[in-house]
This record gives sequence, structure tokens and C-alpha cells, in this order.
Amino acid sequence: MGLVRYIASRVGSYLVVLFVGLTVTFFLPRLLPSDPVEQYIYELQSQAGQTLSPDEMASLRETLSQIYGLEGSLFSQYLGYLERVVLHFDFGPSLSSFPTPVLEFIRRALPWTVGLLATSVLISWVIGNLVGLLAGFFHDSRGATVLEVLGVMLYPIPPYIVALVLIMLFAYIWPIFPLTTTIRPGPLTFEKIRTILYMSFLPALAIVMTRLGWNILSMKAVSFANKEEPYVTYARLKGTRPRTIMTGYVGRNSILPQITRLSLSLGAIFSGVVLIEILFSYPGLGLLMRVAAGTGDYNMMYGTIVITIFAVATAALAIDLLYPLFDPRIRYR
Amino acid sequence: MIRLNNIVATYTTVRGQVDAVDGVDLTIPRGKIVGVAGESGCGKTTLLKVIYGDLIYPLALRQGGVEYEIDNVGYRVETKNGRQVTTSNIKDFWFKHISYIPQSSMSSLNPVVRIRKQFVDFMDAEQRKANVLEEIREYVTSLDLPPEAIDAYPHQLSGGMRQRIMVAMATFFKPDIILADEPTTALDVVVQKGILLLLMDIQAEMNNTIIIVSHDMGVHYQIAHKMLIMYAAKAVEFGDSEDVFKAPLHPYTKMLIESLPTIGDDQMRKGIAGRPPSLWEDLHGCRFAPRCPLATELCQTQEPELIEHKPGHFAACHSLR
Amino acid sequence: MKMNIRLKIGIIILAIFTLGSLILPFFMEVDPSRQGTYPKNMPFSLEHPLGTNSLGQDIFWFLVIAVRNSLMLGVSVSCVTTFVAGSLGLIAGYVGGWLDRVITALMDTAIAIPAFPILIVLSTLVRGNTSFWLVGVILVFFGWPWSARSVRSMALSIREREFISMAKFSGSTTLEIVRREVFPYVYALLVVAFIDAILWVTTTEAALAVIGLSKVEIPTLGSIIFWALSYNALFIGEYIWVVAPVVTTVILFLGIFLTSTGYNQMYATRRGHDV
Repeated sequence: MGLVRYIASRVGSYLVVLFVGLTVTFFLPRLLPSDPVEQYIYELQSQAGQTLSPDEMASLRETLSQIYGLEGSLFSQYLGYLERVVLHFDFGPSLSSFPTPVLEFIRRALPWTVGLLATSVLISWVIGNLVGLLAGFFHDSRGATVLEVLGVMLYPIPPYIVALVLIMLFAYIWPIFPLTTTIRPGPLTFEKIRTILYMSFLPALAIVMTRLGWNILSMKAVSFANKEEPYVTYARLKGTRPRTIMTGYVGRNSILPQITRLSLSLGAIFSGVVLIEILFSYPGLGLLMRVAAGTGDYNMMYGTIVITIFAVATAALAIDLLYPLFDPRIRYR
Repeated sequence: MIRLNNIVATYTTVRGQVDAVDGVDLTIPRGKIVGVAGESGCGKTTLLKVIYGDLIYPLALRQGGVEYEIDNVGYRVETKNGRQVTTSNIKDFWFKHISYIPQSSMSSLNPVVRIRKQFVDFMDAEQRKANVLEEIREYVTSLDLPPEAIDAYPHQLSGGMRQRIMVAMATFFKPDIILADEPTTALDVVVQKGILLLLMDIQAEMNNTIIIVSHDMGVHYQIAHKMLIMYAAKAVEFGDSEDVFKAPLHPYTKMLIESLPTIGDDQMRKGIAGRPPSLWEDLHGCRFAPRCPLATELCQTQEPELIEHKPGHFAACHSLR
Repeated sequence: MKMNIRLKIGIIILAIFTLGSLILPFFMEVDPSRQGTYPKNMPFSLEHPLGTNSLGQDIFWFLVIAVRNSLMLGVSVSCVTTFVAGSLGLIAGYVGGWLDRVITALMDTAIAIPAFPILIVLSTLVRGNTSFWLVGVILVFFGWPWSARSVRSMALSIREREFISMAKFSGSTTLEIVRREVFPYVYALLVVAFIDAILWVTTTEAALAVIGLSKVEIPTLGSIIFWALSYNALFIGEYIWVVAPVVTTVILFLGIFLTSTGYNQMYATRRGHDV
């Protein structure tokens, strides 16, 4: 029962990742030398420019401790945390925008991030793999070498550089696109959709360019190797048309390791998306994180981290579960 | 008949060029099973590729050519002024009039595509009519396979079944010529026998030409009508297999046959000492001379020619004069 | 050693950068990170090859120090990361058993969790007390799984290989076996892992700095961009302040990457594969 075992192991890893992720997020602040309550009070005071009386400070400390879930023993805190987060997705209220719950902000921001990420990754996946397949199949042609060089040059460029270059070129020098993303709330009209596409274009382009190099290079390498496989040679000897060989034989087999690699790199991809969101002030999770970091809004930060871990792990699981559709050797024993 | 005109076939590698077939000149009759035997690296697979017309880089025809007729259309490939010239596009005939069963049959099937799709994806649209699948199923059953086999993926079938599928694919259009490269390697003896019997049946029924390459003399003993023995890119003996097995002319053939086990014979089998010469070096004289018990000074300097010593029985050896 | 063209270009670039960042600082007259040393926003001149910025710093010398700091951080963290990755990978792959399972679980979790968001949180938590090296330690935590994976799979495949059994049968000790048979393969892998780690560490630190979450007082390739953006360099037309580090970063990273793949290609060819 190969398929059942495969699914079980994937779901198992998924749960382990979630568990470890949640636990690490829980222990992180408690292990570091700073005390979030004290830090908050300190910042409050330096911002407000006044000091609190000892009584006010004591009650503030107590309230904060409750909000942070710092009451009770470590173990009870842990259990309480798990219960709140896993069952209710309750991260408490945002500290800088008290009393709006963190979940509310996340709910607003998540669709943006998911939309941007899904679209850009899909585009770079399709284009990159197609180009890579062609480059690997026609390995000896000049075009393939050009594509390889292109891939090599794109790959090491970090996302923030791509974002900066795009901003410089298309928001400053030739100001076609806006510097920051401003989208007015309101109903989803056709006009609004156009605005969204317009604002999202540069960040999406940045993500696509960042991922394209990797897709092209890895697909080219796999395709080139698979081209030498006996079943490809045999297909040729049967008189199969080159196009069928490229798609049905090389392509179908080369896409398999690519799917696995995609699932593994989702963490890295998400990191890149976060960075790009921040640089473009795109209203997604990334911006929430950055703002929370700046204002010391711990609830917001942990909320976004947990959601991130959850989203990335779930997406990876989804990809892993789709894999058997492409590889019959896993589907049937 | 298939005419081999002094073929010299070369491989281009990073180390340079090497002639894998060096001057093979003979006529292969049609309607027979021809066995090609010899050690690894003697050029038998390359010869097969040349006959099939699979002259793709790094393999090239440096000299000579091949000639035969398929379906009343002549096919000739030869080298004129260093350039390879083909009279008709052999690729149009591939698998319809001339078939090839490759060496690593185990992994020659696309692992992620169903067998039935691999059966048809090399056909033109006009051949791919709706009832072709039914015909394929029938044909496959006649080869001792369950009809559901073609709905499966390659990894779901056993090695023997996969080999039968390969034979089925290669013979479906009843080709005139079938080239089989080591069709029984990596199969156990019982399965081997099945495949060989299958090939014999097909040949008897379709009366086509089958050229089988194998380093296993036992295989040739069972089914070949004619035998071609190759050594170090040269043809050293050619004739009816009965003659070759009962009264071999070339010392190498004698040693090959003596290494065959016989039931009831308790004597130790003799292997052949030494190894074939490296084709990278400049070779003079008879290439078998270093290992030959009958070698003389003449053998070291002058290459023997393939001469008809008895009717229909050719050999290349100085000792036969 | 026959070097292919990638490796050649990569090494040349790296050599220029390394020698530059080691030697050039001796020619500095002032500490480039000191503000107000020179008049602000001056164009190119012989005295200031890249001009000065809004903080009165000479851009060229600042860049030199920035490169040096980025490289230093990258190389030192990479040493530790590669050592950790190599050791854990070898142990997991070669020893196997429950130890392997634990290490693999850690590895897979570390890969699945996106590093950057966690780094954002960590950097704010330690904001008051960040030392540059703490950033490095955090980077090691996230950097080791990638290379460890490759080392582990290589160790696994080597364990299966017949020549290990043969060596055992021939009487060599485990240490001899490891040194003679295993190490040559693993060595190449570790070199590549080391170089890739340098790339990753430098990129991540710079990314943090660009959004202002690293120790931005220290000149690095990332913090220089941060200051440029904070002072609206693009807005006021001081493009060179941003363009110079961007171009430098791209060339440096390209050099690192070319060295990495070039070395990989060369070693694969030596082992007899056709790449």
C-alpha cells in the first residue's frame, strides 16, 4: 500500500513541523534576555514622555502579563497557548492598535500575501520549467547556452536587489509604477481590480525574476540528464516525433524532482515574498511583521509567525499530496 | 538481402575517434535468423545501429555503406567524399518495416506513461484509429500476455513481461527486418527460452529477417540459422550456424564454442585467456594474434581477409590456406 | 586542475574582492563610518571616486569597509555552519538509526519553517543588545540544514557502496576507510556547501539590514542601502548611493555563485560524469 504509506508519512511530517514550529515560537521570547513586559513599558514611557506611578505600573504589568499569557507555570502557559492558537487562532489583541485582535489584521493581510505568492510562483514555475526543458532538450544549441547564462546570472541575485532595481527603474527613473501600494478599501469593482493588478505588478515581477533563475537551471539540468535515459533513446528509435519525446518522455519525468524541490523551497520562497512585500509596502503579512517589529507589537509578531509557519507547511503538504498524481510509481504498487 | 559494403563506423569521443566497426563486408540473406556473436566491445551493437540507420552523433559512417530493399523501396546509406548520403528516409520505415529491440529493455519503457500509450505514440494519426487498441490487445494476448498488460505502467510488470511487450511493439506491424540487441540478457533461463521461442515463431510465421546480437553462444545455438562472429571490430567468421558450430574454421570461434557447457560433459570449461586489443591503438596484422595458439609471424604483420573457404562458409584466418 | 570558465571568472572576482577588502583599508585616511567628514552629496571626483552621501561619508571607502564586513561575517559564519552541517550530515547518514531520525526531523523542520520571518522577530527581540556576532549565531541556526541534507544523502549512498565492504574485508580500519574512500567525495561537497553558505549568510544579513533590522551602525552591503533609503537617496537623485552597493553586491554574489557551480562542475567531470 505504497500510496497510503506515502500520504501517512507526509501528513506525519506536517504535524511534526507544526508542533515544533509552535513550540519554538512559544519558547522563543521566554528564552531571550529581554522581558517583553518591561520592554513595552519602557517604550511606552519613552514615547509618552512621562512616568507612571508605582500603582499604575503594577496594574499595567498585570494586564500585560495576562495579555501575553505569562501567568502561571511555564507548562500551563504552554498548554494555554496551544489551546488558544490551535483551536481558536486567537493571538490576542494587537498591542499597537489595541484592542483590535491580531486575527483581524491577519485576516485582512493574508489574501494579499497568498494572492501575490500563488500568482508569482505559478508564473515563474511555468515559464522557468518550460524554458528549462527546452534548454535541456536542445542542449547543444546556442539558445540553450544563452538561457543557461541567463539562469546563472539571475540565480544569485537576492530578492531585495531585484526589488530595488525594479523600484529604481520603474518607480523613479521611468515612473510608470507607484512607489508604495495604496489600495483604498471598498467593494470589489472592476476599477478596483485594475488598481490591484497595477499595484501588484512590480512586486510580482520581482518575485518572478528572483525564482526564474532557479527554475531554469534546475529544470535544464534534470532534462539534460533524462535525455540520455534508455527510454528516451528507445522512443527515438521507434520514430516518435521529437516534440512528443520532449514533452511526454523527458518533460513528464523531469517535472517530478522539480515538484519535490518546489515543496522544499517554499520556506525560502516565502522569505523572499516577505522581504519584497516590505520593500514595496505591499499590504500583506510581510508588512504586518515589519510594522509590528518596529512598534514592538509582540502579539502581532507571533501571530504572523504562527500563521506563516502554518501556511507554508500546509502549502508544502498540498504539493506533496499532489505528487502521486504525477508519478504512477507512488500511486500503484 | 542486406548488403554490407566494407563498413567503417566511427565514434567521436572526448579521447578522439575510434572505429567500432572496421571494414565489415558481407551479404546477409533475407528470411533467416542471423546470430551475431562476439565479446563485449567487438562492434556487434554498432553494426546493428548502422543497419538500422541510427547514425546519429557521435556515431558516423566513415566509409562504405549498407544496402537493402524494404517493401520494394531501396534503402542505401553510404559515404561519398566523406559525407554520409542516404537514398531514402529510413526513419519513415522505423518500426513499420524494420524494428529494433534495444539492449537495456528493462528500462526502455517510459516509467510514467501507460504501456498502451507507448504503443501508439509513435504512430501517425491515420494509423491511430479507434480500434488499434483492440488489435494491440489481441496481438499482445497471442504473445502469452494478459490483455490488461497494456493498461498497466511499466513498473507493474515483471522483467519477462516487459521484454515480451518490447517484442510485441517491435513486431506489431509485421516488419521485414527485426534487429534484436541482447534480447535475453538479464532474464532467467526459463524466461529466456520463452522469448527465443517467441522470436522463432514470429520468424516462421512472417518469414522476415531477424538479426540477433548476443554474447551468449547458447542463445545462437538455439535459434540462429546463420552465424556471424565478430572480433575487435572485424568479421572473422560467417556461415550457416550448423557449419559454424560443428566445424568452426576460425580459432576464435573454436574457443567460443568450446566454452559452451554441454549436459553430461564433466570436463572443465576452458575460458579464453587474455583480452581483445584496445581499438584506440594502431593495430597491425590479425587482431586475434596475441591470443591465438596458431599465430605465426605472418599473423602479426598481415591482416587476414574474409574468404569463402567452403561453400557459404567464410573465415578470416591465415591458418586456413 | 583544469578549471572551467565559470570557475575561472568566479575565482577572479572573489580574488579581487578579498584582496581589495584586505589591502585597501590600509590606505584609508579616516574611518569611513564617521559622519560629517566631508561635504555632503558631492559628485564623482578624483578625491572621492564615488562621491559622498547625505551623511558626509565617502561612498567608495564606505563600500570598501562594507564589503569587508559582509565578507568577514559571511566567511566566519559559513565556517561554523559548514562544520555543523558536515558533522551532523555525516553522523546521520553514516551511523543511521534513531540518531539519523532525530537529526532528519530537525533538518526537515528547519527547512520547512521560513527563516526570514523568524529572523525578523529575533532581531527585534534582541534589538537593545544585538551584537553583530549574535546575528551570526542566529544565522548558523538556520543555515545548517541545507548542506546537511546533501552531506547526509552522500553519506548514505557511500555506506551502501560496495567498496566500503571491500575495504572492510581487506582489513582497513574504519578511520582509514573514511579517510581514503569517503572523504574525497565528501570534501568536494563540503567546499561547495561552504561557498553556498557564504552566499546565503551574506544575503540574509544584508536583507535584514536593508529593512533596518540588523545592527545598522556597522557598515555592511545591506546597511549601506538601508541608510541610503532612509535618507531618500532615490528621491533626491543621489542614485550612486544605492547603485554602487547594488552593483557591487550583484558582482560579488555572481562571483561566489560561479565559484560554487564551477567547482561542482569541475569535480563532477573529474569523477567521470558528463555534465
